[in-house]
Amino acid sequence: MELNPVQNARPNPVLEPTPAPKPKVVLEARGLVKRYGHVTALDGADFELREGEILAVIGDNGAGKSTLIKALSGAIIPDAGEIYLDGKQVHFRSPIDARKHGIETVYQDLAVAPAMTIAENLFLGREILRPGWFARLIRWIDKKKMLEEAITDMQDLKIGIRSMSQAVETLSGGQRQGVAVARSAAFARHVVIMDEPTAALGVKEGNMVLELIRRVRDSGLPVIIISHNMPHVFEIADRIHIQRLGKRAAVVNPKKISMSDTVAVMTGAKTLAELNPEVLA
Amino acid sequence: MAEQPSGVTQSPRSLLERLPSLTILGPLVALLLAVIFFSLQSERFLTGQNFSLILQQVSVVAVLAIGQTLIILTAGIDLSVGFVMALGTMVMAKFAVELGMPPLLAILCGMAVTTAFGFLNGFLITRFKLPPFIVTLGTMNIAFALTQIYSRAQTVSNLPDAHLLWGNTFRIGETVFTYGVVLVIVLYLLVWFFLSETAPGRHLYAVGNNPEAARLMGIPTQRVLLLTYTIAGFFYGIAGWLLISRTSVADPNAGQTENLETITAVVLGGTSLFGGRGMVLGTLLGAIIVGVFRNGLTLMGVSSVYQVLITGILVILAVVADQISKRRG
Repeated sequence: MELNPVQNARPNPVLEPTPAPKPKVVLEARGLVKRYGHVTALDGADFELREGEILAVIGDNGAGKSTLIKALSGAIIPDAGEIYLDGKQVHFRSPIDARKHGIETVYQDLAVAPAMTIAENLFLGREILRPGWFARLIRWIDKKKMLEEAITDMQDLKIGIRSMSQAVETLSGGQRQGVAVARSAAFARHVVIMDEPTAALGVKEGNMVLELIRRVRDSGLPVIIISHNMPHVFEIADRIHIQRLGKRAAVVNPKKISMSDTVAVMTGAKTLAELNPEVLA
Repeated sequence: MAEQPSGVTQSPRSLLERLPSLTILGPLVALLLAVIFFSLQSERFLTGQNFSLILQQVSVVAVLAIGQTLIILTAGIDLSVGFVMALGTMVMAKFAVELGMPPLLAILCGMAVTTAFGFLNGFLITRFKLPPFIVTLGTMNIAFALTQIYSRAQTVSNLPDAHLLWGNTFRIGETVFTYGVVLVIVLYLLVWFFLSETAPGRHLYAVGNNPEAARLMGIPTQRVLLLTYTIAGFFYGIAGWLLISRTSVADPNAGQTENLETITAVVLGGTSLFGGRGMVLGTLLGAIIVGVFRNGLTLMGVSSVYQVLITGILVILAVVADQISKRRG
C-alpha cells in the first residue's frame, strides 16, 4: 500500500483565541459503571466525542480504557450510566447492535478472513445480493457489484491495492489494517472506533495507517483511537481523553500539553490542579 | 479508475495470489497422470464402460464426501460418516420391508435419521464446545451399535423398486450409465453453486477461516456450524439410498471404510484440514482419483492390500502439501 504523499490537507486550526461555537457532540457517555466481581473497571466514567475529530483514549493498564471502549462499541453492557448518540439515548446489547446504529470498530487483532478476497472481507456478513425474489431467497451474492464497490471504497481512502479479488493473506500487515479501516469507514454512519490500529505494524506501515485515519476523519467521520503509542497519539489526535482509575481524569489538547505532562496525569504523578488550564480541551 | 493513487507498485501477480486456482489444478494433474499411467498398463482401462464403472464405484463415497467437505471447510471433521449412513440404509430397508411403509416414506425416514445424527453432532459441538473429533467418534460408535441392535446383525433384502431407483441405467452410445452417477454430478454442481455464489456459502468459509472475525462481522457462527453438520447428515442419507440402489440389500456391516475414504477424497481434492480453503469440485476429483487407483491397480492384478497401501500414501502426500501451503500463507 502506497499512500498519496500529499500531506494532511487539514486546515490548520490557528483561530485559537476566538471562542468557537461549541462543537456538536456525536457520542457521549455519562457516569458509566462496570464491575467485574470486586474489581471496578469503570467508576462513573464520562466521555465525549465531537464532530469531525480524532479523539485518542489513553490510560495506564487497568485504567478502564478498554472497558470504556467496549461499552461504547456494544461489546459489554455497563452496570450503570447512559450513552447518547447524536443526543439520543441508546442501549447497545451487542457489537452488532452498535453497528446497526452506525458505530464501526476496527479490532486490534485484525478481524479479517485471510483466505478470502479483499472484496469478500469488505462485505463479510453484509454481502450485496442480486436483485429478484429468487436471488433473495437463496441469498445469491452479486460478486461483480461487490468488486466495484470495493474498488470505490479503497480509492476513497487512496489505498492502492491492485486487485480486490486477491486474498487478504497476500497483503502486508499495514495493507490488511487498511482493509479493516476501509471496511469500517465504508459502513460507519456515525463513529469509527480503532483499537490499537498501529500496534502490530512497523514504523513505515504505522505511518501509512495514521494517514488513513486522518482521511477517515477528513471524510467526515469522527474517530476514537485507543493507543499505547504516545508519539502516534500526539501526531494524530485532536484531543486526548486521559482515563485513570475508572474515570475520565482530563481531556487535553496535544498542541498545548507536553508528552511528559500527559504521562504524569495518566499515572497520577500530576493532578488536574497542577496543570495549566490552557492545556485542557 | 482515472484517479490512480500515485506511487502504486505494479508488482506482478505473485504465485500465492493464484493459489486458489492451483489447489484445483493439483488434483486435476494427479488424475491425468494416473489415467495416462493406467492406460499404458492395461488396454481395458481407457474405455467408456470402465470409466462408467469407476464413477459408479465412487458414487457413494463421493456423496458422503460432500458432507465431509462442508464440515472440513469449517475446520471440523466427521468420523461418523459411514456408520450413520449404514443406520440410515437399515431404516430405509426395514421400514419398507418389515413395517410395510410406502417405499418413498421409508426412504425419507432413513434420511431423517441420518439428518438427525448430523444435527446431534452439530448440537454437541456447538452447545458444549466439544472437539468434533471426539463427538463424532462417539456418535460413530452409537450409530454402529444401533445398526447392529436394530438389524440383529441381519442383512435385509427384497427391497422395493424405489429403493433401487439410482441403480437404473441409461445408454450414451455404447456406454451404460446409472442414474446414480447423474445424481452425484447434479449434487456436486448444486453444492458448488451454494458455496461460491451464496452468502451462507461464503459464511461457511469465513467461519472455517477465522471464526473470531466471522463472529465480529455479525455472522452467527454457531448456527452456521450446526446447520453444516445437519446438512452433512442429509447428504449421508442420500448416499445411503445410492448404496442400497447399488447393492440391492441393506447391510449392517456397511460403511466401515467410508470414514477414511471420504477424508482421503477431501484432502486429495485440495481442501485444507485447517478449514476455510478448498473447493467441493476438488473433492469429486479426489474421490475419482481414489477410484481410478483402485480400478487401475485391480486391472493390473495388484492385490487389494497394496491398493490400501497406496491410498494411505496418497493421503499423507496430500496432507503434507496442505501443511506446506499453509505455512507459505
